[in-house]
Amino acid sequence: MALNIVDSCVNCWACEPLCPNQAIYEAKPHFRVDAGKCTECAGDFADAQCAAICPVEGAIVDERGDALNPPGSLSGIPPARWAAVQAEIAAR
Amino acid sequence: MSGLSDEVRRKVQNHPCYSEEAHHHFARMHAAVAPACNIQCNYCNRKYNCSNESRPGVVSELLTPEQAINKTLAVAAAIPQLSVLGIAGPGDPLANPARTFATFRGLAEKAPDLKLCLSTNGLALPEQIDELAKYNIEHVTITINCVDPEVGARIYPWIFWNNRRIRGRAAAKILIAQQQQGLEMLVARGILVKVNSVLIPGVNDQHLKEVSRIVKAKGAFLHNVTPLIAEAEHGTFFGLMGQRSPSAAELKALQDDCAGDMKMMRHCRQCRADAVGLLGEDRGAEFTLDKVAVMKIDHQAALERRLALRAKVAAELENKRARAATPSEPARQVIGWHRQPRAVLGRAVLMAVASRGGGLINEHFGHAREFIIYEASEAGARLVGHRKTDLYCSGGEACGDGETVLDRTIGALEGCERVLCSKIGIEPWGRLEAAGIKPDGEHGMESIEDAVMAVWREMLAAGQLATPAAGRRCA
Repeated sequence: MALNIVDSCVNCWACEPLCPNQAIYEAKPHFRVDAGKCTECAGDFADAQCAAICPVEGAIVDERGDALNPPGSLSGIPPARWAAVQAEIAAR
Repeated sequence: MSGLSDEVRRKVQNHPCYSEEAHHHFARMHAAVAPACNIQCNYCNRKYNCSNESRPGVVSELLTPEQAINKTLAVAAAIPQLSVLGIAGPGDPLANPARTFATFRGLAEKAPDLKLCLSTNGLALPEQIDELAKYNIEHVTITINCVDPEVGARIYPWIFWNNRRIRGRAAAKILIAQQQQGLEMLVARGILVKVNSVLIPGVNDQHLKEVSRIVKAKGAFLHNVTPLIAEAEHGTFFGLMGQRSPSAAELKALQDDCAGDMKMMRHCRQCRADAVGLLGEDRGAEFTLDKVAVMKIDHQAALERRLALRAKVAAELENKRARAATPSEPARQVIGWHRQPRAVLGRAVLMAVASRGGGLINEHFGHAREFIIYEASEAGARLVGHRKTDLYCSGGEACGDGETVLDRTIGALEGCERVLCSKIGIEPWGRLEAAGIKPDGEHGMESIEDAVMAVWREMLAAGQLATPAAGRRCA
């Protein structure tokens, strides 16, 4: 059971100090997770800390490759509503 | 600077971001040591590395505290005007407390003459304030865009708080409470607080008047309303969604509305989180890590140069204040003749000025990357803003849209009737005149305020100020 950081990571360092297992480390071209140390924060926090602060949708995935922050989840705009919200904002 | 206590004047007199007067003479730099952020703003894109963009949140090289200390010392040796080291990102300084405070600790020891300051979203301010107060920090900027969670929910999609991601109105409510508490705690400790607000049309434009009233009541020193930057190519939520930026006229109108309540900052340049130099210039490219690594620096001599320059500027400004305090004979006559109430002599005029610093008209029109905008009236010359001529991007062909640089410059000077510069070529002279903006190269190397007022008096004497500007909107 371990999370993974994929190439949409922007190297912002936000996750690194939060990891209760020190499983996250700086690497090129982006941060990585030591799968041997990652517990997905089970027993420490209700939410995986890296995924709870990561600012990029899709950058943190579980073992199946599913994004913990899927498209639309951080902007608050589900993809299906994008066009309608865009029209509303553009009218300001 | 009038109306300030001696204590406050001492704190702001060398700080370009807190004193309009100081910004002509002193330089600042931002050390990009703080990458992480604990909130998301809809005007920010966390993919911050672009060397062609100039806007908050963008940096080219992320620094460790040690690298930042070395870079700051190198800049302080090469640019004696340097008086301030700020940490402003590219994330939030207080979301990176170890890196931020290690940088401050090192500089407090190695360059004790530099003022240290930081700019924060305020979320972590109450919990970090004791640590912050240890480094003799006299200036903190908090970005406060709202005091109403309903407004905040349209600006901040989420915050990271107590190990959870909180969204929407609940997130904005926590952030607002932390910002206001942080503001009160800073004021209670005698730390000067500047409040930055991003003007977002249709979201917080009218609301910012209430923000201004509240932060003033709580003791903020200065309110800086800056225009939203929302270009689609920056990839921010607002940029991608077509949220528009305010016009220069909308920005000035709101600043004027807020000015009744408190001192407004008009000279902000919305600089990058790794900017170096006088406001409006960025010499960061001269101080990349590889260049700093091979510089040979005599730190003691550099410190002496900085102190000597500050003493010289302080003496010049003191002289200027002394001159201003004793009105010239004609001015005394004007005061004597015109007892209130009376009609004004002439209308206010906007003028654009090309300056490389020092408070002088000392830049060639064609070399100016920005113009400082002054409003001249009977009351004197007042700085009301600035206009960039290379808006946010100077990336050459990739940024070209067929419009010439000169066309863009003329567009950026909308509302101005004069442009004062040290020199100007024949082609731009003709094009500016055709656009109703008269160039003036007669006042090179003169003090900006004196020159602006001299031109205003010429216009007055020529009878040009009795009626509204012909066909021109006053921005």
